[in-house]
Order: sequence, then C-alpha cells, then structure tokens
Amino acid sequence: MRKRFVAIWFRHLITDWFIIRQPALKNQPFVIAAPDHGRMLITAVSAAAQAQGLETGMALADARAMVPGLQVFDDQPELAQKLLLGLGKWTIRYTPSAAVDLPDGLLLDVTGCAHLWGGELPYLQEIIARLNAFGYGVGAAMADSIGAAWAIARYGKTGAVVGSEEQTAVILSLPPAALRLEMQVLSLLQKLGLHQVSSFAAMPRSALRRRFGPALLNRLDQALGREEEMILPIEVIPPYQERLPCLEPILTATGIEIALQRLLETLCKRLQQEGKGFRTALLKAYRVDGKVEEVSIGTNRASHNEVHLFRLFEDKLRSIEPALGIELFVLEATKADDVAAAQETLWTSGCRMDSISFAELVDRLTNKIGANAIRRYLPEQHYWPERSFKAAACLQEKTTTAWRNEKPRPMQLLPVPEPIEVSAPIPDYPPMLFRYQGKLHRIKKADGPERIEREWWLDEGLHRDYYAVEDEAGQRYWLFRSGHYDEDNYRWFIHGFFA
Amino acid sequence: MLSEKSEIIAQLKKDMLLLQGCRPPSAATVSVNLGAVNAAFPNAVFPTGTIHEFQSNAIESTAATGGFIAGLLSTLMQQGGVCVWISTARTLFPPALKNFGIEPDQVLFVDLQRKKEVLWTMEEALKCEGISAVIGELNDIDFTTSRRLQLAVEKSRVTGFIIRQHPRDNNAIAAAARWKISPLPSQLSNGMPGIGAPRWAVTLTKVRNGQPGTWQLEWLDGRFNTITTEVVLQPLIAERKIG
Repeated sequence: MRKRFVAIWFRHLITDWFIIRQPALKNQPFVIAAPDHGRMLITAVSAAAQAQGLETGMALADARAMVPGLQVFDDQPELAQKLLLGLGKWTIRYTPSAAVDLPDGLLLDVTGCAHLWGGELPYLQEIIARLNAFGYGVGAAMADSIGAAWAIARYGKTGAVVGSEEQTAVILSLPPAALRLEMQVLSLLQKLGLHQVSSFAAMPRSALRRRFGPALLNRLDQALGREEEMILPIEVIPPYQERLPCLEPILTATGIEIALQRLLETLCKRLQQEGKGFRTALLKAYRVDGKVEEVSIGTNRASHNEVHLFRLFEDKLRSIEPALGIELFVLEATKADDVAAAQETLWTSGCRMDSISFAELVDRLTNKIGANAIRRYLPEQHYWPERSFKAAACLQEKTTTAWRNEKPRPMQLLPVPEPIEVSAPIPDYPPMLFRYQGKLHRIKKADGPERIEREWWLDEGLHRDYYAVEDEAGQRYWLFRSGHYDEDNYRWFIHGFFA
Repeated sequence: MLSEKSEIIAQLKKDMLLLQGCRPPSAATVSVNLGAVNAAFPNAVFPTGTIHEFQSNAIESTAATGGFIAGLLSTLMQQGGVCVWISTARTLFPPALKNFGIEPDQVLFVDLQRKKEVLWTMEEALKCEGISAVIGELNDIDFTTSRRLQLAVEKSRVTGFIIRQHPRDNNAIAAAARWKISPLPSQLSNGMPGIGAPRWAVTLTKVRNGQPGTWQLEWLDGRFNTITTEVVLQPLIAERKIG
C-alpha cells in the first residue's frame, strides 16, 4: 500500500503557546531568550516580532535596539518537547501513529486514515483548522514520503496535498533548505549558486557525494521517496476499556446485568494481571437512538474484585433507561491504581480500618449516600475544642499525633455554644446556678477553670474559661465564660454534656 | 438435697435457654465485664452479636448513654477493631471517646439526612462481618424494621446499638435488651471536692431470657465498677412517683 505522511510545522510553537496562556500578548512583539556564552540569545520570536525583522539566534541586545519596548521572556528548557508531545498525543485522534519532530513539528503516518474524514484534502484542512483554533499557526502538507511532507509543509504551499506523480516536481522547485540539510552544506550550496533542488538533483551522484558528503544524497532520496524512512510513534498507554457490542439491542435489566458482568470479567482479569484495580469506573450504554446512558462508581481502595464491583454498580443500573435498546456497552476504568497486595491474616480477629471487607462496605455506602456523609477523624494539635480534630482523607491515613485525654472533654458537644444565664459569685469561681432552655440547674460540684486561648493566628475573639460542672441531679455540663470577668463584654455559654 | 435441687434447676434453666435459641457463649465471644449487671443476662454473659436498644429523653442522658456505650465499645473494639456510628444529627464529640479507651480514628462516622438512609446504612454495616459494633442514633423504629436488623445481625454476629432519642412511641423492637442510662452524681474517693468519674444509673427495662433491674455503675480506670454503697436510687424514686 502506498504510504502517506503528514508533516505539521508550528511556525511559532513557543510564542503561540505564550499567547494562548496570556491573550494580551497577541499582536505584541515579544521574544524568548536564553543565556549563551555570557549574552542573551533569542530562542523564539513571536509573529509580530518577526514582522519587525527579529529572528531566532540574534543577540537580545541587538533585538532591543531594533524594537524598543520589546518584551522578553525566559526560555524554559524542554518546553518545545513537552508541547509537541502533548500535541502529538492529541493528534492520535487522526492517526494511530504520530511522532514528535523536534524542534518544531509533528509527523503523522496517515496511511489509510484520510478516507474517514472524507478524503485527503478535508482531512488535512480539518487538522489545520483545529490547530489554528487552538491558537497555533501551522504549516502542513501531505505527501508520499516523510521528507517530501516535511519540505512542502515548510517551504511549499501550506495545506498542500501532493500526489505521487507531482511530488518530484514540487520537491525539485524547492530551495535546498527543504531537504533538512546541515548549515555547512547549505552555505556551500548557496555559495555555488545552487538555489533550487532541481539545480543539483540531476548531477552525478558520485560528484555530489564527494562534494557534499553522503547526507545530501540520503536526504534527497528520502524527499523523493527513493529511500524508506521510519518514524518513532509516541506510545499512548491503551486505556483500561472494554467494549461489548450487542447483536440485538438490549432492552431488559437482566440483559444489562449480563453485559456488565462480561465486561467486568474481562477488564478485571486484565487489571489483575497488571496489578491494578479500579478507583473509578464508568459504564456507558450507547442506545439505538444515539443517546448515551452513563453510570459511574468509585472505590476507596483499588479493587479488581468482580463481585464487589458488580454490587456497586447494581444499585445504579436501574437509572439506565434502555428506551429502544442498547447496542453497545463500554466499561472504562477512568482511574486505576496499584492494588496493595493483600496479606492474608492467619487469625481473622475482625475488621480493621485497612481490611478489604471494610473498604468494600465503605464503597457501598459511598456509592449510595455520597462520600460527604462518611467521616473519619484524626487528632489535630489544637486546644480549641472545635479544631481539635480533622477529617481524615482516607481510611488508611494514620494519626500523626496522639489523641489527648488529660483534660476533661464532653461526650456531646454543641456545634455552636449556646448562651446561658448564670449567677457566678466571685471572679474565676464556677457559677452557682445556670438556666438552660428554661430549666434551672443548681451546681453542686465543679472543676475548672481551664482557660483555652483563642488561636489569634486563625481567628480573633475572646478566650474561653471552661468549667466542668455537675448539678444536683448528677448531670454534668461543660460551661465557659468568654472573656475576662472584670470586663463588660463577658458572656456565659454552655458547650457540652459530659457522660 | 437442697443443693441437688438447685443444681437441677440451674441445669434445667440452661437447657431452656438452649431450647429458646440462646447460644451458649463460645471462646470467640468477647466478654464484657459489666460487674453486677452481668448476672441479669442469660448465662451471665453480656450478649454480643445482637441488637441493644437504648432510650434517652434528654441530651444529658444521651451523653450518659454515649459514655456507657463507649465503655462497652472499649472491650468490643479490642485489637484495632472498627465501629460505625450512624446518625442524623450527631453531637458526639469524637475526642471524648479517648476517655473511654477508644481510639476515635477507629470509628467511622456516617452523618445522614434522613431516617430511611440511617436504617439502610445500619443494615449494610450490620451485614459486614468482622465489624466490632454498629451504633445508630434514631428517633423511632418500628418492629418490622428492627427485625430486619436483627436478622442481619444473626448471620454476621455483629453487635448493634440503637440509641432512640426522644422516642415518640415506646414500641417494642426486636432487641436483646432495652437500656436506660441516666447520669448520677459523681463522687471522688475521699470526699474531695470536684467532679469524679462518670457514674450512671443503668436500668435494664427488658432483657431477653434475663432479669431486668437497676444498677449503679462507674467508669473508672478503664472499666465498669458497680457501686453498692450509699444507694441513692434517685431515678427509681422519681419513676415511682410518676407511675
């Protein structure tokens, strides 16, 4: 089969990327510079700067003299490679085999792909339009060899689709720089007045090799398609995805369950072999009428246990509306993690926080009632009661500090302290009686005060003097006075109930 | 002759318990030391692997109930066990559990909006074998729903605690015991001023195959102590007056 290649050339890859991130830079001359041998050299110029005569490789001082008010950004090493890799991965939608062509291009092997977009010209135009819409100025061309596509993308008409019969003619009309030659060879050709490929392509090969080295012949052959050239495709990790097309549209709940079971079986097997497990999974059901029904689940720890995952899905399968029928099921592990190797305990004394059965229970609860409802607390180093604990991020999280219990803490704590009426004798003595919710409590025993200062670096306000008190019925309360006794703005509150 | 008779009666009582479906305690059962209260239970062992019901009418008694349950949990949750605490309007202060010998990070709190969700979550949690205990705070629960929980527990042998706060209806539910915990004045050992260890009047109003009664317990040094001296019996007197 005749091979077809597309070369994409990003005219201003790095500066375009800057403009995408900071749209204010559009139409402004700016350059990217990097230090080199004690001076600043320009490594990339924006389109506006290029129009004013600046080019890469100039000294920054010269550029500043030519264009006053020139903006300069620091060069980020490897930025181009990173950007091209990202763009290359994006182009995998057009072809399975895409390669990065440093410093400023991409190469796509598009053999057999173009007809899916309705022909070669619409295909290439689609790519160019999409990249332009992103904000990248590109030149692109399609030809029979990598060398030809590369040359035409940069030196020919952009968006050109060159067939095999006209390819040689087009290449011959291009300047020698289109052949990806080294600077010395190019300047030599320039010196000899060979301004077009056609002016030396017909020369004897032995003479060319003697004069310019083997590289010129090699590149010429590659451009003319006489020599095969390979590209090194970017490898994209295949997603953890399984598809199940159905011969007949599925209408029943049983059918959906069977489909899910099959998908889980194959995908779990694959994940198990790779030592991975589901963290989130998405089941898509493509309906005959073109709509897509989706359900997703999440787990608290990576799992490839089919039965457990099926149970998580089970509750949600009801929300799938088959309508006229489902013709395709796709199950994807949208997030997969390494499975911690489960160690079998010899004596199963019960569940622990990190047991699998407990994690599975939490998964079921999370999927039914939501993760916000489920909390686990860890101690935090604060004396302020409301801040003395924090929510744990996961079941496996360990405590970093110990829980304190040297001071009395109530069993029940009101979320917001409630004001109470109190009669307290002398400063810093516990109250004699207090009224809470219309009921009078006479205090028989008391402990305190325990002063807890407000953490001024977190919030402002008065300190609290806590008293543990017991009334005549034996009910124990946690009261506090906010502020000093001798100041006017002190108030009494009830905050908790002791066991 | 007399001792023989009492032996026969004891043996008969044991046989009756077996016939009534009350399993004898096995080696795996965690024995909760409740002091004198243990005598009220069949075989004199705190029944684990079933449902216990607690009733409270005021937040003070909810706090006392919480303390008492935490005391029970400290034995049930030995060696890194976990428990699930489910409620709709939780005011429990997690760090306080440490006073009863529980690591609060071993407790999973589930805070929900509706009673229906609480019941579903309780059932799911009770079905999970190996959990030390499941605590559910509820207002009302009907008999049928409590049967569901009881059935779940019979299979998984998890201990469940239902705290009924301000129950509108005093209906019977499927539970091994119905408790009422109310606070009692504490006392420091040698008449020192200040508040002592938490003390409660523990009332067992119903026990399956057991003997109901009232006891005074104190949580001191990580275990329950039965108070026998200086009987105050305030709650009982109050109850009689009402009755």
